[in-house]
Amino acid sequence: MSKYSMHLLVCGGTGCKSQESDIIAEKLKNELLKQGLEETVQVIMTGCFGFCEKGPILKVMPDNTFYTQVKPEDAEEIVEEHVIKGRRVERLLYTDPETEAHVEDSKHMGFYKKQLRIALRNCGVIDPEIIDEYIARDGYSALGEVLANQTPEETIELMKASGLRGRGGAGFPAGLKWDFARKNEADQKYVVCNADEGDPGAFMDRSILEGDPHSVLEAMAIVGRCIGADMGYIYIRAEYPLAIARLKTAIGQARKYGLLGKDILGSDFNFDVDLKYGAGAFVCGEETALIHSMEGERGEPSLKPPFPAESGYMGKPTNVNNVETLANVPVIILKGAEWFSSIGTDTSKGTKVFALAGKINNVGLIEVPMGTTLREVIFEIGGGIKDGKKFKAVQTGGPSGGCLTEKHLDMPISYENLVANGSMMGSGGMIVLDEDDCMVSIAKFYLEFTVEESCGKCAPCRIGNKRLLELLERICEGKGEESDLVRLRNLGEVIKDTSLCGLGQSSPNPVLSTMDNFYDEYLAHVVDKKCPSGVCTDLLEYFIVEENCIGCTACARACPVGCISGERKEPHLINPDTCIKCGACMEKCKFDAVILK
Amino acid sequence: MSKIKSLADLKKIRDEKVSGLQTRERGEDAENLVQIKVAMATCGIASGAKETMEFIAEALEKRGVDAIVTQVGCMGYCYAEPTIEVKLPGSESVVFGGVNIEKADEIIEKYIKGGELVDGIIPVNYETID
Repeated sequence: MSKYSMHLLVCGGTGCKSQESDIIAEKLKNELLKQGLEETVQVIMTGCFGFCEKGPILKVMPDNTFYTQVKPEDAEEIVEEHVIKGRRVERLLYTDPETEAHVEDSKHMGFYKKQLRIALRNCGVIDPEIIDEYIARDGYSALGEVLANQTPEETIELMKASGLRGRGGAGFPAGLKWDFARKNEADQKYVVCNADEGDPGAFMDRSILEGDPHSVLEAMAIVGRCIGADMGYIYIRAEYPLAIARLKTAIGQARKYGLLGKDILGSDFNFDVDLKYGAGAFVCGEETALIHSMEGERGEPSLKPPFPAESGYMGKPTNVNNVETLANVPVIILKGAEWFSSIGTDTSKGTKVFALAGKINNVGLIEVPMGTTLREVIFEIGGGIKDGKKFKAVQTGGPSGGCLTEKHLDMPISYENLVANGSMMGSGGMIVLDEDDCMVSIAKFYLEFTVEESCGKCAPCRIGNKRLLELLERICEGKGEESDLVRLRNLGEVIKDTSLCGLGQSSPNPVLSTMDNFYDEYLAHVVDKKCPSGVCTDLLEYFIVEENCIGCTACARACPVGCISGERKEPHLINPDTCIKCGACMEKCKFDAVILK
Repeated sequence: MSKIKSLADLKKIRDEKVSGLQTRERGEDAENLVQIKVAMATCGIASGAKETMEFIAEALEKRGVDAIVTQVGCMGYCYAEPTIEVKLPGSESVVFGGVNIEKADEIIEKYIKGGELVDGIIPVNYETID
């Protein structure tokens, strides 16, 4: 039914466009016209392939040929050789860096293996509100397998062997956690799914629950079977209404099919799941605080031990796992521990989902094998920095993590590597910063968040973080002194060492890691009273650019303190001593003569 | 919806679904239909995926195109919501980004009816396990 038999897809992403990909498309169209092929071959601009490093990219369909670093002058050859004679232009094919062989078909390019979807395997593929679609993708087969053919001990051994670690932040081995809960004898045990995703800019768990809710339900039932629990709760933020609605639908369908309830799949195993809503406090992502909140108490953490595996929800042994951790479980059971442990690094197995945000071209949800480098994530999958700006840092682990810089770009992502470099895996938020971001302001932003979210139970976190924030505010206002930097570091270390829970123990990380990596920016703020990135308004001054000013007097009339002087039709001048930095002059100026510096 | 009593029952449902038996019983033949998936996670809906999906379903019916339109979760292309995946019979599926009503109309008229690609294709750059 198509009138076109061939399509030439030219990348129209920012990176390729800056290398004349639109001219390439134009030239291809002209060549086709010359050859009278405009009716059978279509040239089309696409979104970013993500492979900007080797751009501009040209993909030929339907034969899947992937050309890299194409230049406008190659258009003629491509049309003559490939389109007309059906011969690939060898020199433009992608060369595999390992085998040094030309890769003809894009499906065999290593690049496409950069992203591997395990936890997100069904997201964007199945209708999350139809259980049959999940079953068609082997859904609930893992539960069936566990019930029919494995003892709980065998399943736990399998999980241990797979090397799956908690995806919520700390990275505790999942199988070991289950084993603890199993070994604690009790008349009642609970399975809890931690869906209290609270990092700014993180949406991995929400996407899994919205796109594939059954995978989490199935995994919870498997955990229940392993530890000897017949009840599970999903602790989810009330501000995730769609995820809640889809979970409710999924629970209803699973109950109707008998996949939740009594005597599941003809076994003697009973398990049901219900939802508990959180009010959105960040600290409730910490498992003891989460359990208190579930019980109707204040969402405050308590000292461990006792761990939830001994005394959790209602004082009973409880196993808490994060959404993404659970989403991995059914696949591991079906494909085996060996398969899973073959992916990733020595100590970090499998894949990790990241929410890419900030100054990056392809903001989105990605899943990569552990061991992938930050460079691959940011520049090959994320498509690089917006507007061609310079990469400055990437914040991983949210308010508990730290920033990683240029020198960390080639570091393989693993739990250990991130911690060794002053950050952490966290739940998987990745916020990319460019040259326009002020690192002191970024640290201040995260501190504002933790001060707001501190539950107030322990003094180091409640008082310490507040003082830390005040120091940062002073620095950003230009009132900081060099001695403040020493105070920042000392106080940060003390808060880390003495706080009760993970929130306080990690809250100074953004400050400490930005100080480690961008000490000169801190110095510029306290010594020169300047913000090199031009972000901290208190450190900026309004200037009038002489060449642009035509002397219309609009700014002088708008100035509420009369600090702008100058004759009509002559360039004006702002007196920085009396200027209150209200910005009225800048708004009024029609000639871009007023700037902030 | 009756209860599934054993692992064998579960596998039966899976096989029926995979082989398209279920759709065929409903009088549809998935292989020969246009299949459209609309990414309907919070991010997609906030960008207008709901309107897009309603428009596509209505427009296809009015214009006499036999199609299955389903909602799915997040495809991961937050920078290009709403996103849809279109699979024409006998060809590979194509993902389009930034599909507002205007774009949806163009996709139906040009791609679905005429097989002519339109701007806004998002190249898929990941592997999914089977």
